[in-house]
Amino acid sequence: MTIAVASPTSSTTARFSPRWLSDRLGGFVLHVVVIGLTVAWMVPTIGLLITSFRLPADISNSGWWTALSPPFKFTLDNYSQMFAASNLGQSLFNSFMISIPATVIPVTLAAFAAYAFAWMKFPGRDWIFLALVGLLAVPLQLTFIPVTTEFVKLGLTPQHLTAIGLPPFIPLWLAHAGYGLPFSIYLLSNFFRALPSDLFESAEIDGAGTLTVFFRIVLPLSVPAIASLVIFQFLWVWNDLLVALIYVGGVATVAPVTVTLVNLVGSYGQNYQLLTAAAFFSMIVPLVVFLSLQRYFVRGILAGSVKG
Amino acid sequence: MDFSVLLTDLPTLVVVIIGVPLVLAAYIVGGEYLVRRLPDKSRPAVRPWIWVAPALVLVTGFLVAPAIGTVFQSFQDKNGVFIGFQNFAAQLAGFPTGGAWIAIRNNLFWLIFYTLFVLAFGLLLAVLFDRVPYESVVKSLIFMPMAISSVALVVIWKFMYAYQPPGQPQTGTLNFILNTVFHQDPRTWIQDETPLLGLFPLNDLALIGAAVWGIVGFSLVILSAALKGIPGDLLEAARVDGAGEITIFRRVIFPLMMPTVVVVGTTLVIFALKAFDVVYAMTNGNYNTDVLANRMYQLLYNSHDFGGASAVAVILLLTVIPVLIFNLRQFRAVEARR
Repeated sequence: MTIAVASPTSSTTARFSPRWLSDRLGGFVLHVVVIGLTVAWMVPTIGLLITSFRLPADISNSGWWTALSPPFKFTLDNYSQMFAASNLGQSLFNSFMISIPATVIPVTLAAFAAYAFAWMKFPGRDWIFLALVGLLAVPLQLTFIPVTTEFVKLGLTPQHLTAIGLPPFIPLWLAHAGYGLPFSIYLLSNFFRALPSDLFESAEIDGAGTLTVFFRIVLPLSVPAIASLVIFQFLWVWNDLLVALIYVGGVATVAPVTVTLVNLVGSYGQNYQLLTAAAFFSMIVPLVVFLSLQRYFVRGILAGSVKG
Repeated sequence: MDFSVLLTDLPTLVVVIIGVPLVLAAYIVGGEYLVRRLPDKSRPAVRPWIWVAPALVLVTGFLVAPAIGTVFQSFQDKNGVFIGFQNFAAQLAGFPTGGAWIAIRNNLFWLIFYTLFVLAFGLLLAVLFDRVPYESVVKSLIFMPMAISSVALVVIWKFMYAYQPPGQPQTGTLNFILNTVFHQDPRTWIQDETPLLGLFPLNDLALIGAAVWGIVGFSLVILSAALKGIPGDLLEAARVDGAGEITIFRRVIFPLMMPTVVVVGTTLVIFALKAFDVVYAMTNGNYNTDVLANRMYQLLYNSHDFGGASAVAVILLLTVIPVLIFNLRQFRAVEARR
């Protein structure tokens, strides 16, 4: 094969570029591999996207790829039926009302706690941290019955909260925060711990307080980790079905998009084709969040923050 | 579709979006203000607790307390009478196919293949993507399945695995490829228990495959962030000292990425142990694809066997202990290096 060998990576970049990789996967082959893998990864999604524009009868009789050749028989019926069938405006709003605080609260509290776990000394620190790691493995289903009972006792039900003028979403915010915290603390404290200790020492010498160090040094340096965490927590909450069903399931005014969409499908699987359209509708917001935050995953965020 | 709610409820939304962060910021600034008013000596003793308290309270309320309740329940019968290990005995009876054993076996398969595939794919893609100029585009495309809820993911993979009898036009993508490219009979991916390599049932691997597809974006994004976190000067210095690229990977990149690989690996092991959504929606544990989390859910909400469900949950918790020990050692090792 006469493939143009990629020119050796210029000496100023931080790239990992072993010569054998550059030689064999040079230029053209690298691009073929990368694009090939990506396209293969997208096939299931593309299949669903095309299916969502097909007639129900066609869906059950032939594969989605047959729709790519004439005669073209695409339809918007699945989408218009989905919009007509339910009040998606309300549930879209609810999803935002649930997801934003249920992301902000655990990420912020986790950042506080992770900072203490990584850079403060207190009795029992290591054991508490290990217990948190252990809690990652507690299946959520386990906690539903005791927590629901407590919520009712404490008046933390959507109906009661609305009656006393508080947001009916509070139970979901707290539940998602409680469930999301172990992972958030684990991820962030590992990241915080990896920050060079020189940073903290020089800041202390300069007389900076704990808050200053946290807000001016730790947080700015941890933007990639926090951005990743925000994305994951947001996605988990946005796509959550189980927690929402258990804690506010019966209340339509509080139901997020996932609950509304599942209700679209009849209990015997009729309107099955609506789910294909619904899947794409529910993907829009998470994708926008990811695309708008991914620019924070910048190369070498730590480079240059500590002198030689 | 009626979007008028977005206008009428907008003030609520704004209050919530501004109010929640305000409360959180007020807490930490207020807490720090109080700490500073304390005598010098007691500050270092009090300060950490201000920082960890809200997180610990929420975690205790939503996870620790209910989990302890569950451990107690695993030793009780329906009327709350202590019955020793009877619930465990019932779940662990009939080895190797009775009770919870199929679920335990499948969780083991999930543990091995799910973790391995996701880490390997994530690392491979992170290194490959780092070298192309359109990295952010391909990364977003691989990440896309992460944005899909598990309900939708299962719909997608039911289309991938769909089966029609041989001779009929196939509607499933995989069977179409099998039929057209490899000229083989279509398979019922979700029901076919034929063991691959004499050990791993095909349908288990099919479920794991769907879950892997959905989660690789997770390991890709975190591993790629770690790759980018490696300071360029460090690699530069190694190169100036005459180190080859393989040496640099072994001695510089790999050790620096190791903590992240451990974090992602641990998380994936735990995801594998907790695997629920895909199994629940795809087979509901039929065709011998059951896993512990699904078994617990079934015992809890279908059989109302609280003792049995709690026993399964405790078994699940016990399987995590090796992960805990590994983490303890990692944690200590990092501490020692400081």
